[in-house]
Amino acid sequence: MTIIESIRIALRSLSANKLRAALTMLGIIIGVAAVIALMGIGRGAQQAINSQINSMGTNLIFVSPGSTNQGGVRTNQGSAQTLTYDDAVALSTQGLSAVAAVAPEVRNFGQAVYQGNNVNTQIVGVTPEYETVRNFKVQSGEFINAANVTARSTVAVIGANIMNNLFNGEDPVGETLRINNVGFKVIGVLESKGGSGFGNQDDQILVPLTTVAARLQRGNFRGSNLVNQISVQAAGDNQMSAAIQQISEVLRERHKIRFEDDFTVRSQEDLLATANQITGVFTLFLGGVAGISLLVGGIGIMNIMLVSVTERTREIGIRKAIGATRGNILAQFLTEATVLSVMGGLIGVLLGMGIARAISTLSAGSTFQLNSVVSLDSVLLATLFAMAIGLFFGIYPAYRAASLHPIDALRYE
Amino acid sequence: MIEIDKVYKIYSMGDSEVHALDGLSLTINEGEWVAIVGPSGSGKSTLMNVIGCLDQPTSGSYKLDGIEVAQMNDKALAGVRNRKIGFIFQTFNLLSRTSALANVELPLVYAGAPDRRKRAVAALERVGLGERIYHRPNELSGGQQQRVAIARALITDPAIILADEPTGNLDSKSGAEIMELFHQMHKVQGLTIVMVTHDPDIAAQCERVIHIRDGKILSDECNGEGRHVSTIA
Repeated sequence: MTIIESIRIALRSLSANKLRAALTMLGIIIGVAAVIALMGIGRGAQQAINSQINSMGTNLIFVSPGSTNQGGVRTNQGSAQTLTYDDAVALSTQGLSAVAAVAPEVRNFGQAVYQGNNVNTQIVGVTPEYETVRNFKVQSGEFINAANVTARSTVAVIGANIMNNLFNGEDPVGETLRINNVGFKVIGVLESKGGSGFGNQDDQILVPLTTVAARLQRGNFRGSNLVNQISVQAAGDNQMSAAIQQISEVLRERHKIRFEDDFTVRSQEDLLATANQITGVFTLFLGGVAGISLLVGGIGIMNIMLVSVTERTREIGIRKAIGATRGNILAQFLTEATVLSVMGGLIGVLLGMGIARAISTLSAGSTFQLNSVVSLDSVLLATLFAMAIGLFFGIYPAYRAASLHPIDALRYE
Repeated sequence: MIEIDKVYKIYSMGDSEVHALDGLSLTINEGEWVAIVGPSGSGKSTLMNVIGCLDQPTSGSYKLDGIEVAQMNDKALAGVRNRKIGFIFQTFNLLSRTSALANVELPLVYAGAPDRRKRAVAALERVGLGERIYHRPNELSGGQQQRVAIARALITDPAIILADEPTGNLDSKSGAEIMELFHQMHKVQGLTIVMVTHDPDIAAQCERVIHIRDGKILSDECNGEGRHVSTIA
């Protein structure tokens, strides 16, 4: 008996009870569709985050304050107030060979108001270098210049989303908006980077770094020269580790450090690796949850196959009487279980791809755009897993069928 | 061809034991047409099942064509059922969801034989059902279903036909038609036929009638009017 013939026989007996076969497959269909869709979404999120990190610029190194120990309690990374504007100036003026440009920044949340509109968003204090280091382009007007920084001017360059939300998409250059009740003249609008989600780069307002300290900081921080992060552009691909080395030396020297650094230096690759690790775990987790439903689907198959064996006891007896071996019966029921699971798997793959595409389409208009990526390996994995589940959960019912005694089976009513 | 020597088949039911076959010995030669008669519970169906290799005796020897059946494994037994023996049941035992053709084809599928379709069609034509090969069992009359079963039994050219009350569920007209087919099988093809029956009229058409009671042979006589063919020992 050939495999094709076995499959034909299996299809024939499954089609005798179509509704039951469909319902049994449903468990596998849902499981596989969930695996495909969720892994697609996970991969999509990974790609979105990667492209966002890459859009920040090239050959970037991020210097941020380290964590502090206060009475034995370690606080958040970046909470230490150790990194200053002077550190950034030192990094750019000491003639470090591997460093091309230095862009310090200080971040605050603030409310921006223009006429009847208002947004709560990030106010970032920057220097002119920020434009090139972080790969921003001005679509209208101009960027903050050195004179603005020196004069602590109340000027602002706004992101594309801010233009849409605050100025209803009209050219805002020359208009005045208010940030925490301080009037700022809009001098430029940034081109959209198309980033998404948290820390969207289109969703910020840039002002001169010195203006933040003088006008926007409150309480103790007013007038301080602390910065949250210094972005450093290395002189080239191959200069990254040299740059990290030189930056660390300068900062250790300036901060008089002997043991533990009070700052953290991370390259763009580190950031990418961390992000990939997180999204990878996330994707695996989603896939695992979906895998559980696949397992439940497999148990459904086993259940129905057991019912089917009992129902068809007489058929098994007849088949044995006319010459079916145990192997023939075993193969018949195993094939049925596998055909069920593989058909369910294939339908599930199509459904999962459909869901993934639907999610991409639905999210296209929203702020968090996600292009789910259904890769061949997840399709193969899900299909093979479905097949394995059919085989595994089919073995016991098929074994029961094959072990029936022909006489008992023939007499079964 | 069939040699049964002191065969016991014992079922234990709780504390008591039931001797369905109680030291029964019997030899059936090639080409014989034997009727096995007896009241229900006499052990005649058990004897049929043992002869048909569907059931193994508790003790004793059963040789089929000189081979001890007790020594065969599952695969060999399935092969014997497939090629040497054709079963015909009182309740037909056709697969209900498949066509007459597929039913007749099935033994060839398990035999792995070629030209299955052609042979199955021919077998159905021989029993007079050439017009109804795509009908399902529930679309056929009892007599027609039994003819499908006969075509299925004959398709692998077995040497022995085992029939368990083949006319038991049929009206007398269809029963007579089925018996005519048995006569043909016996006379034209020279098949060995073992038939369990209640009906004295049916038994009278066989060459040899064996009465069984309580798992033992009560009498074993040749039918004077039967069409006796000289047999090879």
